[in-house]
Amino acid sequence: MGVEGNEAQDINGARSTLLQARNLHTWFELRKWGFLRVGSVRAVDGVSFELARGESVAFVGESGCGKSTLARTLLGLNKPTSGDVVFEGKGISELNSLELHSYRANVGYVQQDPYGALAPFMDVKRLLSEPLIVHGVKSRSERLRRINKVLEEVRLTPTDEYLSKFPHMLSGGQQQRVVIARALILEPSMLIADEPVSMLDASVRVELLNLLKNIQRDRKLTLAFITHDLSTVRHFADRIFVMYAGRIVEQARVEEILDHPQHPYTKSLLAAIMDVNSDNALHERDIPVGEPPSLIDPPPGCRFHPRCPAAIKGLCEVEDPPDFEPRDNHLSKCWLHR
Amino acid sequence: MTQDQSTLLEVEDLKLYYKTRRGVVRAVDGVTFDIRRNEALVILGESGCGKSSLAKALLRLLPRNIEQFAGQIRLGGVDLMALSDNRFRREVQWVRVSMVMQAAMNAMNPVMKVGEQVAEPLRIHLGWSKERAMQKAAESFKRVGVSTDFLDRYPFELSGGMRQRVVLAMALVTDPELVIMDEPTSALDVLTQASIMNVLKRLKKELGTSFILITHDVATSSEIADRVALMYAGQIVEFSDASEFFHHPAHPYSKLLMASVPRLRQSEPPEYIPGQPPNLLDLPLGCRFADRCPSRFEKCQKDPELFKLNARRRVKCWLHQGGEE
Repeated sequence: MGVEGNEAQDINGARSTLLQARNLHTWFELRKWGFLRVGSVRAVDGVSFELARGESVAFVGESGCGKSTLARTLLGLNKPTSGDVVFEGKGISELNSLELHSYRANVGYVQQDPYGALAPFMDVKRLLSEPLIVHGVKSRSERLRRINKVLEEVRLTPTDEYLSKFPHMLSGGQQQRVVIARALILEPSMLIADEPVSMLDASVRVELLNLLKNIQRDRKLTLAFITHDLSTVRHFADRIFVMYAGRIVEQARVEEILDHPQHPYTKSLLAAIMDVNSDNALHERDIPVGEPPSLIDPPPGCRFHPRCPAAIKGLCEVEDPPDFEPRDNHLSKCWLHR
Repeated sequence: MTQDQSTLLEVEDLKLYYKTRRGVVRAVDGVTFDIRRNEALVILGESGCGKSSLAKALLRLLPRNIEQFAGQIRLGGVDLMALSDNRFRREVQWVRVSMVMQAAMNAMNPVMKVGEQVAEPLRIHLGWSKERAMQKAAESFKRVGVSTDFLDRYPFELSGGMRQRVVLAMALVTDPELVIMDEPTSALDVLTQASIMNVLKRLKKELGTSFILITHDVATSSEIADRVALMYAGQIVEFSDASEFFHHPAHPYSKLLMASVPRLRQSEPPEYIPGQPPNLLDLPLGCRFADRCPSRFEKCQKDPELFKLNARRRVKCWLHQGGEE
């Protein structure tokens, strides 16, 4: 399947911003005995970026780096502690409940675990009708028409065969297609997919990623794709954001990051990924020591400094690095580029 | 590597069928392979191809609904199938062959200190005293790179990568000749995955243990594999040296599988294998991959045998009927 380097541009060739995160912080308060505040988990801690219409981006990071919380914050499911998400020029914290309702119709969500995301007592028809009913599509025949259309789009054909099936009757790949169909049925302009294929078999993964990619291209969707698997992003995203301990530490176009990683964390992440080769068995890999820091009490200065092989004494553990631009359109939060 | 290279485990025509209400599931259907000392064999396959059943059959961890369990398993010349359950448990299970179960790191006893859990096989299978077992457990912790300070911790106090190492320490504590690992890294992050693979490589070099690694992840498997057995619908369809398998796969399924692996440093997008594996309840008579195979021909209506390509390579496909390439 040929996936050309499709530019994140609209018909006029100009970038137009769909969504903006402005210095987003999402902290979860920790309490003792239900009322004493003892600290917070800083899951998302100062994240800013812009997504253009029709662009496909990937957020990459280890578990616990805050990428799922970021997704939930973008969806309006978690309220940011400070900062805001701006969608089509409007901050979502300022939206009233009616506007929030339409915002949620405009942003689809593909969950990680398809079986957990689908109510076990609903058949496919009901699962897909639900969002339409909630969003006021009253005519039964209109609902059925849209359900059939979206099932065809996710290649669950013949659609009649699937309408009466319950989630447990479907394979993991088929379940995930239903989840994608449900996310698409309200014709959103943006899709947030949180590890959409991590629960699936390797041979099905590529098929589903291709499907998502094609839907994204055909519908000109903005796709935010959350993953820990760097090896697939080259073919399914235009830009990458690398996250570490609640922050975006590096961002650039896909080839740029993969071919010229700048941040020491990104470098070690790339070094840990094994491309199939029988020589792999001959030598051990260079892995940074330790584990990602606790988000309750993150280290001062750069959050990667305790594990960083290139940490500069007296600087990295003291001061938080700002974004540097060591190469064109390539941002990296690291003092090495000063 | 100066270790002994004699054959450790030989499996011949192993069958494991389950009885279910809807019929007989042929989970492992005539599997033959062997593994040498200090060798790592990777068993690859999609979910539902019978690879976990194969692992359980080797350790005789069987459910009750067995329809048939037959074939030959020889460990260092000893016929394991002839041993009684009792002797098998005393002499083989966890003593000579141990296992890291799938998702074992999430199946630890939450109210027992990890050190005691690691020492448990010694106390149960070998009847060691508590002090002696704890000492050995501490040694095992060091081997997998976990500080002995953690002996007194509970599982919830450990991170995922740490728990996976502890589970590995538990499998190694009795100094087994063979360790079977079922998807040991599939739930972990890339960096943690890579560090666990580093530990395995080091252990293999230092201890001379043989490993069977069961996984669906081709890229990770290449980190340790000396040999590869690819399973499809209960059977091994290709069995060969790792370098031959990864660089020149022979079976059409192997070729498609290798093309479906996403590669970070390659610009061609990965392919996928159309179709689905057959139902193990109702298997086709001929080649089981024929329905999805791009190079199928008339002969594929009959079941192919395992054709020998060279001394250490066998392929179950009519295209290789002639034998040596």
